Amino acid sequence: MKIIVVGCGKVGAALTAQLSQEGHDIAVIDLDSRVVTDISNNYDVLGLVGNGASHAVQMEAGIEKADLLVAATDSDELNLLCCLIAKKAGGCSTVARVRNPVYNSEIDFIKEELGLSLTVNPEYAAATEAARVLRFPSAVQIETFAKGKVEIIKVRIPEDSVLDGCPLAQIHKRTGTDVLICTVERGTQVEIPNGSFVLKAGDIISIVASKQNTRDFVARIGLKSRRVRDCMIIGGGKIAFYLAQQLIETGIRVKIIEQDRDRCEELCDLLPKATIINADAANQNILMEEGIRECESFVTLTGMDEENLFLSLFAQESSKAKVITKVDRLDFDNIIKRLDLGTLLHPKNITADNILRYVRALQNSIGSNVETLYKIIENKVEALEFKIQTDSPVVGIPLSQLKVKPNVLVACISHDGRISIPNGNSIIRVGDSVVVVTSHLGFRDIRDILK
Amino acid sequence: MNYSIIRKILGVVIQFTGAFLALPAVCGLFYGEKQAIVYAALSIAYFVIGRIISGIKLKSHAYYAREGLVIVGMSWIVISILGAIPLVITKDIPNFTDALFETVSGFTTTGSSILSDVEALSHTGLFWRSFTHWVGGMGVIVFILAVLPMTGGYNMNLMRAESPGPTVGKLVPRMKDTAKILYSIYFGITVAEIIVLVIVGMPLFDALCISFGSAGTGGFGVRNDSCAGYSSLMQSIITVFILMFGVNFNAYFFILRRKFDEVFKMSELKGYFGIVAFSIITITINVRNMFPSLYQAFHHSAFQVASIITTTGFATTDFDRWPQYSRALLVLIMFVGACAGSTGGGMKVSRIMLMFKTVYREIRKYLHPRAVTNVTMDGKTMDRSTLHSVSVYLSTYMLLFSVSVLAITLFENLDLETVFTSVACTFNNIGPGLSKVGPTCNFGFMQPVTKYILMFDMLAGRLELYPMLMLLTPAVWKNA
Repeated sequence: MKIIVVGCGKVGAALTAQLSQEGHDIAVIDLDSRVVTDISNNYDVLGLVGNGASHAVQMEAGIEKADLLVAATDSDELNLLCCLIAKKAGGCSTVARVRNPVYNSEIDFIKEELGLSLTVNPEYAAATEAARVLRFPSAVQIETFAKGKVEIIKVRIPEDSVLDGCPLAQIHKRTGTDVLICTVERGTQVEIPNGSFVLKAGDIISIVASKQNTRDFVARIGLKSRRVRDCMIIGGGKIAFYLAQQLIETGIRVKIIEQDRDRCEELCDLLPKATIINADAANQNILMEEGIRECESFVTLTGMDEENLFLSLFAQESSKAKVITKVDRLDFDNIIKRLDLGTLLHPKNITADNILRYVRALQNSIGSNVETLYKIIENKVEALEFKIQTDSPVVGIPLSQLKVKPNVLVACISHDGRISIPNGNSIIRVGDSVVVVTSHLGFRDIRDILK
Repeated sequence: MNYSIIRKILGVVIQFTGAFLALPAVCGLFYGEKQAIVYAALSIAYFVIGRIISGIKLKSHAYYAREGLVIVGMSWIVISILGAIPLVITKDIPNFTDALFETVSGFTTTGSSILSDVEALSHTGLFWRSFTHWVGGMGVIVFILAVLPMTGGYNMNLMRAESPGPTVGKLVPRMKDTAKILYSIYFGITVAEIIVLVIVGMPLFDALCISFGSAGTGGFGVRNDSCAGYSSLMQSIITVFILMFGVNFNAYFFILRRKFDEVFKMSELKGYFGIVAFSIITITINVRNMFPSLYQAFHHSAFQVASIITTTGFATTDFDRWPQYSRALLVLIMFVGACAGSTGGGMKVSRIMLMFKTVYREIRKYLHPRAVTNVTMDGKTMDRSTLHSVSVYLSTYMLLFSVSVLAITLFENLDLETVFTSVACTFNNIGPGLSKVGPTCNFGFMQPVTKYILMFDMLAGRLELYPMLMLLTPAVWKNA
């Protein structure tokens, strides 16, 4: 597909990296020539310096033949203008990043009236992700499929768990629940395991099951499954606001520590139910005083990645809280993963993934769409949900008779709202939602699972 | 430094050299020459060796600007050596240094020769000699980029190192597609020239070799008198085509996309045709008395100007015997060269234009010390770093030029005109110079060491200095 990305900030760059890897023709536009040079040196894309909302610049980027324009500049208004002009000039689909909470509250109206295909709000998406994790703190990561009926969660197997030393084939016997283990991460190794694979304590496993089953399973293997009761948030930016809003709605007590006095006042107005503390969280005494030892969850959302890392490490050491660490800019994934930082939150990746999901769906608007897409393990394993809309070579044939590629797992079939973990006799029918876990990146259609 | 990627791409280059050698082999078979066997055998050998080398597993796929420059520099040296071997084995050019000089001159599209009797060569050898021009014109690496699936964004580092001009723009988002478009245009115009020449009665073999030579702006002919022996119509056709190959290929891309206004906006084109027109007119007036008619004078001056400014180096007459003004102007346009993004050499019209604009800006600065001015080209403000790199390029160019002239005077006791133009015509990839290296002479009489200096100049000129200078910088080879 021909895609134009306006604005090469964090999201723009992450998106460009992903899309060019998937083989799209990409033109990037940014006002800063250094950024453009940098990105066109690193990726096989066409770089243009200029104002992305200018018709002439868009023409130069090939808007007439483009399929999609993604506006991800700093300014919401500019993004909306880019999309409006693109729509008129080329009639392509448009995606805008809109992050101002004022616009966010009326986003449906804006989207409808301006004819946008998708709007993304990185802060809101990150907050939603964090809130989901806090509702189920044993999970390292948690995503939902089939309108929330199916969950894919990642948990670390605790010491002395029933799963320690358990071959996959015996999971049902030992835990009494119906779940499917999709991936196992052991150190730096990642596997899509088969029945004879033996689990060990410390492995991070991802499982797919219905919501109730995941709760039961997690309890059986010796992890807590209830949600947290309180949350300490460090840094009072946009993500903190959205997160606090969502947590308060579900009855979780929220405490926000923010340095800037004026912002504290603002938050106080916006979130009357939250406790707002005006202090520098880099001071240990203040954290102690505010009860870091007793809190059940601890989320670091300051603008400084380094500060977030240190605060999280400290929290991991001094409390039993569920820790979530935001990493915005740092590029040292392998090192960060080695640290005990709890759940990592990458706002730029979350946004890029959202757009990517849309791109894949757009690419194949007939047949079986990609409904949802999650990266279970960055750049290694993806989970995709396909909605089977028309007849397809996979329909009506028992799974055991399909010639499926290696490293592809049909993890879940939702038929008329009933969720089942498939076995060899299961059949995919038209209208079903199918969740596929695979290490092949870039599937666009359910047919892609076949050899 | 990622040595494994250098080895891999060199392996691919060797493989391609093998593939290229198959063409003269076919040509040789057609003429029933026994040299064809040598070419065929080497073709297979190169292909297998290259295959084995490129098949070794890579440690890492990542490479950056320095590897890109080193790969390009080494590829050109490797391909020149490999290309010289068949000429030595078939005894077409028995001396290795001479054969290497000939292939370097071929691949860099210079067209300087050490042969006094071109017609004594086998058809196979002649074909190969001319074909190296065609390969070298657009670039070996660009060719590989066009046909090989290479992943990642690293390829820009290769393209940038091989393409001529102050800035390298892509025509379309993907490198591979850009390279393909460039080669299709290149291929298309070459075929057109071959067909037109055959229609007006040139023998097919000559038409092929002359077209390869003009497409790459090389200049190897297949006759001792270069192009003087062809009919005046053929010469006019060649004039038009070599001027076309000196045009920035982006213009053809715009024409294909029917964006004609973009073509008219290209100020480099105006500059190029402006210089061409000025040179042809003044030289015509200058040489008027040497030819029987005004048309004849115009015809020959047009051919020579086109041939020199595009750095091709064909000749229809001995311009060394022309009046001083014409000789001087021809030497000056040797330095100007063709447009950026064409197959021609030299400094490139756009660089010269940017240089003049920068000078003008500096003068304005004295007039209005507080004036804020930008240098613009095609209506766009040029990046400060681009202007900077143009200035540095010109300084480096002058430096390398002076050092070469000085070095050659150490080994050869020749007049300054010969030495100066021999460096100018190799460094700018033209071919013939003036005086003892004029269009009717050759480089065969020079010492081997001089030939190696000139070979370095040809490679440095074709690759726009930096890849060759990189190879000579010790810091590049240290793992840091």
